[in-house]
Order: sequence, then structure tokens, then C-alpha cells
Amino acid sequence: MSSDDIRTGLAAILEEVAGVLPADVTPDKSFTDDLDVDSLSMVEIALAAEEKFGVKIPDDELANLKTVGDAVSYIEKAQAVA
Amino acid sequence: MKAPAGAPYARILGLGEHRPAAVVSNDDLAARIDTNDQWVRERVGVVTRRIAGPDESVVDMAAVAGGKAIAACGLQAGDIDLVVVATCTMPSQIPNAAAQVAARLGIRAPGAFDVNAACAGFVYGVTTAASAVVSGTARHVLVVGAEKLSDWTDWDDRSTAIIFGDGAGAAVVGPSPTPAIGPVAWGSAGDMADTIAVADRRSYLKQEGQTVFRWATTALAPVAREACELAGVAPTELAAFVPHQANLRIIEAIARRIGADQAVVARDIMESGNTSSASIPLALCRMVERGEVASGAPVLILGFGAGLTYAGQVVLCP
Repeated sequence: MSSDDIRTGLAAILEEVAGVLPADVTPDKSFTDDLDVDSLSMVEIALAAEEKFGVKIPDDELANLKTVGDAVSYIEKAQAVA
Repeated sequence: MKAPAGAPYARILGLGEHRPAAVVSNDDLAARIDTNDQWVRERVGVVTRRIAGPDESVVDMAAVAGGKAIAACGLQAGDIDLVVVATCTMPSQIPNAAAQVAARLGIRAPGAFDVNAACAGFVYGVTTAASAVVSGTARHVLVVGAEKLSDWTDWDDRSTAIIFGDGAGAAVVGPSPTPAIGPVAWGSAGDMADTIAVADRRSYLKQEGQTVFRWATTALAPVAREACELAGVAPTELAAFVPHQANLRIIEAIARRIGADQAVVARDIMESGNTSSASIPLALCRMVERGEVASGAPVLILGFGAGLTYAGQVVLCP
């Protein structure tokens, strides 16, 4: 799966869980500061992403995913290992 | 030797509640900590919570709720022969709450013990009570969930102060000719013990919000479904779903996952906050008062919290 596909998939999750507009989901955006996603929504997004992309995102890793770009590259790497 | 002979089945005969007088809004909290009404409603779902007065104890609240439950089923104090209080917020470990509650209510020398299974405590209590009635070790059991979380809350901690409230709810469990309390689906996850904890007697309650939220939104729907399966009641047949009132988003996530389409879902957290072991009987009591669930209708109760502990079972509404 390409990083663009992952970003598009992530955007769909963000829209469903937190009402974020897909066009706003660009790599440099911070989940909390730019997209107004709170900590519990982050968990819901992680759970949905785990299911969609077939990866594991533990809470301690989740804490390091500050931007959309962080999440995309984490998922990309995790998929490569899987 | 002889052994006790019990009733064929057990049921919840009546309910009672006590809500402290003081209503505290999110705006009231915002005067002290950096938070606001919309933020709390969206994250936790609490609109107001009740806070006990300085002289209002766990035992006081438990006794009021317990007395109402006994009256609601037309019994007298003397009919109760076992008192179980589910609580994790007594001001000290010794003595227990149950014996004091019994004395307050004029219940003469019943068996009396406390259950500490935190927010799952009420369901653990009902299960224990039903077993006692069926085994014959008791005929009428008073089960109370009572908590004064305000004593254990750091009112300067914006992550916990917005969540909790005080109160008590009670049920009388007694004999029944037909099944009315289903088998329990319960368990624990002690490897996650430190995710909700009071470190020592001078500390306040701390919780790892994200970890607990993840656990609650993933691990509990299977427990709820198992409770339904054990009772032979499909989730679609439930008249009501009364989970522990931890967080509105957890409540709605579990309700969605189990597919209890016809069930009224308890959302008493909006008015009461998270009252730990008291939340299920408080929410059920309110539903009955409002006529939202009929007598004899199947209700799934699901407790979960510190320990971690959890327990679900289908009961027929009194």
C-alpha cells in the first residue's frame, strides 16, 4: 500500500471518528493542534487504523504520532514488517 | 449433618437510590480548573454531577438507598439476612460499610461484608446475592453500591475532576419461582492494575485515560455478548442496557458493538457523573422511575473498572 493510499484511508477514518474534512488531512498537520483531535479520539482512530491496515499501534507508540505524516510512515513501516 | 436448602431462583425485588443534594455543573468546575462545558460534554459526557456534603458519608448514602430499596419491595428491615456493600471509597479500611449500614437500617445482626471490585462491584454483589439466595445461605439480600469519589478526587486535576460524582444505589435480591438473574460473565485483568489506582492513602485517584479507554471499547463488548448468550437472551431482545456510567463514548461504543437495537441505553452519566459501583443501580432506578423499562423486561447490566475487573449479566427488571 502506498503512502498516499494510507493517507487517504486515514483521512476517511478521521472524518468518521472526529469529523475532520479529508482535504485537511495533509502530512504536516498535527492531530491535536491543527485537526483538533482529542486523546480519546486518537485511541478510536488507532483502533480503526489497526483494523483497516492490519497493524498494531500500542498506546506508547500512539503518543509519538504527532502529525498525519508520523502516522502514515508508522503504518507504512508496520505493514512492511507484517 | 444438614445443608441449606435454597430458593429455585433469585430475582431483584426492588431498587432504591440516593443522590446527594449538591449539583455541580461543568461551569462550576471551570471556575477552578482549565476546562469548559463543551469540552467535558464531548470527552466524557457529564453535564452535571452530584457531590456529597462534608458530613455525608458512604455509609450515610448507602443506608438511605438501602432503606428505599427495602421499602420499594414491601419488605421490613427484619426480612433482610445479608447485607453486601460494593464500595471502593470508604474513608478507612476498617470497619467495613455493610455492618454499619445494617445497624442504621435496624437490620438485626445480618451477615455483612463489603465488595471491592470498584466500578464492577454492584454486579459482583448481585451475583453473590443471587448465589446466596439459591444456595439457601440467605433469603433476602440487600446489595448497595455506594461511593464518595469526591474524597479521592484531585480537584485540581482536569483529567479526573470532570469525571466523578457521589451517590448510592441499592437492590434487594430475593427468591423467585422463575429465572430472573442470569449467569454472570465476569473476570479481571490484574496485569493492568496500575491503570486506575490510588497509590497510597495520601494520594488521589489516577487513571491512564487512553489505555483504559482502549480496553473498555474493545474488551467489554465480548463480555456483554457472553452474558447475553449465557442467559439465552439475544442482544436484540434486551429492553435496556445499563453499563457502568464511565464515559458516554465508552457506553455508546459498547452499545453499538453488541447490537442491542431495541434497548434503552442508560445515559445517567450526564446527570450523575461516574459514580463507580453506584452508577448501575442509580441508572437503573432512574429508568424504572421514568417508566423507560417495564417490570419483568430483560436488562443487561455491565460493570467494569479498577482492578481491572468486569462483570455482566442479564437481569429481569423489578
